Amino acid sequence: MDEKDLKLNETEFLNEDICVAEYLVYKKPETLIDIDLHYCPGCGHGVVHRLLMEVIEEMNIVDKVIGVAPVGCSVFAYNYMDIDMQEAAHGRATAVATGIKRVLPDKLVFTYQGDGDLAAIGTAETIHACNRGENFLIVFINNAVYGMTSGQMAPTTLPGMVTTTTPFGRDTSITGFPLKISELVAQLPGVCYVTRTSVHTAGNVRRTKKAIQKAFEYQMQNKGTCLIEVLSNCPSNWKMTPLESNKFIEEEMIPFYPLGDIKVPKEEK
Amino acid sequence: MGEVRLMKGNEALAEAAIRAGCDAYFGYPITPQSEVLEYLSREAPQRTGMVVLQAESEIASINMIYGAAGAGKRAMTTSSSPGISLMQEGLSYIAAAELPCLLANINRGGPGLGTIQPAQSDYFQSVKGGGHGDYKLIVLAPSSVQEMADFVRLGFDLADKYRNPVMILSDGAIGQMMEKVELFEQQPKGGTFPKPWATTGKTKDRQRNIITSLHIDPKEMENINLRLQEKYHAIEENEVRYEVMKIDDAEFILTAYGLAARICQKVVELAREKNYKVGLIRPITLFPFPKKLFAEIVPRIKGILDVELNAGQMVEDVKLSVEGKVRVEFYGRMGGIIPTPEEILEHFEKIFIKGE
Repeated sequence: MDEKDLKLNETEFLNEDICVAEYLVYKKPETLIDIDLHYCPGCGHGVVHRLLMEVIEEMNIVDKVIGVAPVGCSVFAYNYMDIDMQEAAHGRATAVATGIKRVLPDKLVFTYQGDGDLAAIGTAETIHACNRGENFLIVFINNAVYGMTSGQMAPTTLPGMVTTTTPFGRDTSITGFPLKISELVAQLPGVCYVTRTSVHTAGNVRRTKKAIQKAFEYQMQNKGTCLIEVLSNCPSNWKMTPLESNKFIEEEMIPFYPLGDIKVPKEEK
Repeated sequence: MGEVRLMKGNEALAEAAIRAGCDAYFGYPITPQSEVLEYLSREAPQRTGMVVLQAESEIASINMIYGAAGAGKRAMTTSSSPGISLMQEGLSYIAAAELPCLLANINRGGPGLGTIQPAQSDYFQSVKGGGHGDYKLIVLAPSSVQEMADFVRLGFDLADKYRNPVMILSDGAIGQMMEKVELFEQQPKGGTFPKPWATTGKTKDRQRNIITSLHIDPKEMENINLRLQEKYHAIEENEVRYEVMKIDDAEFILTAYGLAARICQKVVELAREKNYKVGLIRPITLFPFPKKLFAEIVPRIKGILDVELNAGQMVEDVKLSVEGKVRVEFYGRMGGIIPTPEEILEHFEKIFIKGE
């Protein structure tokens, strides 16, 4: 049935006619807990949460996965994911994940961290976990702003970008430059896979999911650290509508943080 | 009788970690305790398969402990004063998330970078909190190489029993000196306490396990605080440990822990030679503090001299325990200086005999 048919017969359809098993094209993963999200409308976190849970369910690895939540907007990530999780101190997720993975090497471990957590206060932990080639996945949400504390400059804030602590735009002569941490850790021999995706269009959402799946596969093969940077929107702190914020990703974020693989395992080159 | 060896305190502690069934050690080098990481790197992985990892900082190592302890494993780290300061954030989270684990502080003189010589200046930090929030560590104070070994097993067992971090508060002298030590037999790896709360991957037969210290709702947060306080109270009821020497007929009490208590044993001997009726109370657990013992002894004594290698820290707990009912004096040296028994006796005589 296409959209046109549906419109034509709109008045004749009742919900019970449409909601039948044979029309089912998508089902929310059971591992994504069905409660209200605390995220703002239009925020990308919910999408990435869903993608993670979809992949974990489709790969049938619920009993193997242990997640680590950060401090930041996604501090409550564990409220929505029906898997074992630990909540780390600010910036320390990769150290916590190191502790977990080292004592449970057969389990699959991921961290979920924002830009402030991963690339400011936790930079040392991030770089050293990557440099040891810790065999886990780092999901890095880059929205170029501190969300939870309501809009301060992040290490990834773009030059000229207005935040509550750069009210006249980020002046790189004072605050330094946005940190491209993905490009930085890609240099380290222990790191096997680094890619940058986004969740502002359907196609990019699909590519993000694919990257998550690949990263878990690499982890099963003990290939080393995987880092997926996801460009995500923050309509509330960017002071934009969700649509405007998607446009901002396309026009401002992607030119500075280009999408695509930064490092792939050797045999795939 | 177990195997007897001549060992450094730090080595005995490391050997005991292997034998206590420790699953993982994460640490960062710092004088005067680097032998622990060195010994374990050399011995542990091939003997028991223990994970031994040199972290990039003490901040990382304490958070690795959080992860490993949260995964249900026996995890341990050691450091010395400045390194322990860096761990305070992590310790607060560990105490709040109720993760059993073991730490040792081989105390050196401070503040700041200080000195690498022994001191007891981290009593407040260990016993009164150190990090943010209302929490307690169980604090064990060894005064011999033997206790450096024994308290590792005791520490892990107390940690598992109460789901609470345990701190062995030692110092640079006990860590570095060599003594005879009788080692306990190899214990099962990981200990025997069930840990159904650990994050090991959610299986179909149970709910997910979450390790967290975040509770935004104030009612919930207060309830958790109340439950923690109840636990600390139970620890105070059940786990007080101390050693006494010649207190039955004592008119005066010397009190000291760890290295200072060893010196005070000699002071008791010297005092008795001069017919001063002096006894010694050595708290072994600094939290829980042997409050009741001090309160009980008050009616029988004329005064207490508290001796520490700091500016006077445990003396506050002694004073709180006796509630002003007896005179409490303090003698301490700082910055890595270790007082002689004669020096302490002279101070005792000055205060309590000559009445200066």
